[in-house]
Amino acid sequence: MSLLGQFRDPQLAQQLVSQLHQRAATLARPVTLMEVCGTHTMAIGQHGLRSLFPENIRLVSGPGCPVCVTPVTTIDHAIALSKHRDVIITTFGDMMRVPGSTCSLQQQSALGGDVRIVYSSLDALAIAGKNPDKKVVFIGIGFETTAPTIAGAILTANQQGIDNFFVLCAHKTMPQAMTALSDDPELNIDGYLCPAHVSAVIGGAGYQPLVDRCHIPCVVTGFEALDILQGVLMALAQIERSQAQVEIQYRRFVTMDGNQKAQRLLNQVFEPCDANWRGIGVIAKSGLRLRGEYACFDAAQQINTVIEPSQEPVGCLCGDVLKGIVSPAECPLFGLRCTPLSPVGACMVSSEGSCAAQYRFGQPIKESIQRG
Amino acid sequence: MCLAVPMKVMEIEQENATCCVDGVSRNVSLMMLDGVVVGDYVLTHAGFAIEKLDPHEAQETITLLRQLLAATGDDS
Amino acid sequence: MDSDIILLGHGSGGELSHQLLERLIIPILNDSDFSQRNDAAVIDCPTRQLAFSTDSYVVDPIFFPGGNIGDLAINGTVNDLAMRGAIPLAISVALILEEGFAVAELRRILLSMAAAARHAGVDIVTGDTKVVPRGSADQIFINTSGVGMLNDNVSISGNQASVGDRVLINGTIGDHGMTVLACREELAMSAPVTTDSAALNHLVAELVDVFGAKIHVLRDPTRGGVATTLKEIALQSQVAIQLNETCLPVNPAVSSLSALLGLDPLFVANEGKMLVIVAAEIADEAVTLMRRHAVGRDAADIGEIGGDFEAGSLILNTAIGGQRRVEMLSGDLLPRIC
Repeated sequence: MSLLGQFRDPQLAQQLVSQLHQRAATLARPVTLMEVCGTHTMAIGQHGLRSLFPENIRLVSGPGCPVCVTPVTTIDHAIALSKHRDVIITTFGDMMRVPGSTCSLQQQSALGGDVRIVYSSLDALAIAGKNPDKKVVFIGIGFETTAPTIAGAILTANQQGIDNFFVLCAHKTMPQAMTALSDDPELNIDGYLCPAHVSAVIGGAGYQPLVDRCHIPCVVTGFEALDILQGVLMALAQIERSQAQVEIQYRRFVTMDGNQKAQRLLNQVFEPCDANWRGIGVIAKSGLRLRGEYACFDAAQQINTVIEPSQEPVGCLCGDVLKGIVSPAECPLFGLRCTPLSPVGACMVSSEGSCAAQYRFGQPIKESIQRG
Repeated sequence: MCLAVPMKVMEIEQENATCCVDGVSRNVSLMMLDGVVVGDYVLTHAGFAIEKLDPHEAQETITLLRQLLAATGDDS
Repeated sequence: MDSDIILLGHGSGGELSHQLLERLIIPILNDSDFSQRNDAAVIDCPTRQLAFSTDSYVVDPIFFPGGNIGDLAINGTVNDLAMRGAIPLAISVALILEEGFAVAELRRILLSMAAAARHAGVDIVTGDTKVVPRGSADQIFINTSGVGMLNDNVSISGNQASVGDRVLINGTIGDHGMTVLACREELAMSAPVTTDSAALNHLVAELVDVFGAKIHVLRDPTRGGVATTLKEIALQSQVAIQLNETCLPVNPAVSSLSALLGLDPLFVANEGKMLVIVAAEIADEAVTLMRRHAVGRDAADIGEIGGDFEAGSLILNTAIGGQRRVEMLSGDLLPRIC
């Protein structure tokens, strides 16, 4: 088996599951761990991990889906821009079906808007190069894994003198959100599984202020089943010893210092600002905006447009779901009025939102239980 | 929220690399990394390499895991 | 052909249309009935029941590694007939061409269709051609409809899956969908993937011949992939279906491309694959038979019908021993970065 292939070894993973059950049997009380990364939400769902977990270890999903926490006004802004004849909207596929107040980018594309899915912001830059008479707007969402890549695209645009490339900035940063969550008295979690690839950029050190302030274990955890299981075991070990520190499970790609060059690129182009997290509210210094010298790339500043007044959906419990206070199934709209095909709230709109993940990867319903 | 896939660096031209996994290849920017050479494995996200694989750490993780499981009698 | 591009006149019924038909379409798709030039083809059918199917093809791009819209259109309808256990008898071909479409490309597509029909052993007996103004169609759209004959003792249908049956597949999943996706310029990926478009009727005929009524369900997992198709069968038959993740055959390139784009091969379209749900006692033999066939080399037993789950459920037994539900694909398959 190749080196990286070993992290997919099912036998090792199964052995870790047994180990987890052994440790769970000695726990003094139930433990709740929160992951704050949509990719973790998906991985846990895809591997069927919850079906293997002991009952006294609970895994909840926090606000780790950047699509889910993007405010409706941002979607409405993107849609408003797409109505301009001289604008090409470029976006990651994740954003296409997210409903704004009245429609989505996908629907807008069907109505004639020029909306194109790209894999990389550099591909959006290439589109700008090929369409000098158009304004190419890239929808900039994502956390610290993605923001440096957009910084890279902006720096490249700057270097090449491309003046028809713009970014609609909606980037957010994790540690501040995690601290705000931990400050919330309603929240009752014993430890965090920290996002692997955000941490590759910001390093384990990015969580030290959170640990110092809230005395809560933070384990940087990878996305293979084996990684998640080991990460959980490491968090349990800290909880049992009443410790709180930053530990790195995903050592093959993450260090305490992180990728300093990526951090420099990020800080060169962006600066922190307050940001509105859909379902949670404003969290101080948890967003990123373009620095003054790069304002010429800011779609919000450079392209005048009329954005319709935004309307948030009523009745959904997304805010509480994002904070891990309720599970998706406890929302009255879940699976009935709110489904992946017709999402009402933030957590269902993205395939890696907590509600969408539970809908798609939920635990099987036993026939014998149904019959009673 | 960050799909990133380890890919092998096959060719480098200035700040760009052609990276490959199971025959799938794509141009990847090396803007965020220094000292990458052909043969390295890099974590690629949205067309950029965001970190280099540390094979020593990878092997250590697996070795320690196997040791832990053996010590607690789970190596059957 | 006097013109190297398709003109509106080629669809108007006059001399240009006649030219297109006589000089290009009929010589390539040639069939004995065409030479009679009647409004309808007459087909002899020795059995009491006919299977009848139709499908339209609008794939973009029209040429992709391993095939094109033409052979896709023939194989697709041949397979739909075969999935009922019918022997394909005859196919119709209706073309909608965009004004300005290159005749050379039309020729390539027609040649592929003729080759696919020959390979499947089915006759193209009738057809139609229309031309629409530039911008009203994307190069070429094709509809194929087909009839096949059903023997009385054959009863293969989506509601026939029974508890205890095994779920088999004739090869790797996700090849066609990922091939078409990899062609999208804006993703700038290059991948050694090719379409799996192929006619399955010969393999089906062998399976039915050998195993008869032990074959309960046949279905080709096209759009929506294996997951959506199995979910439909689970609902139709009112059973639970369990899939075993470690048994699913997937090409490494398809697997990696899916990982890069955030997609799951279980939901990606296939064009030369079929799910074969059979009585448990013949499952191993059926896999062996498929593997001897050109379109079944990677055949595998991937799951079973039954288990203590709600009727209509599709469950995945994951590689690490976990279990989770699999739901139908909702909406499009879109790449994601998050």
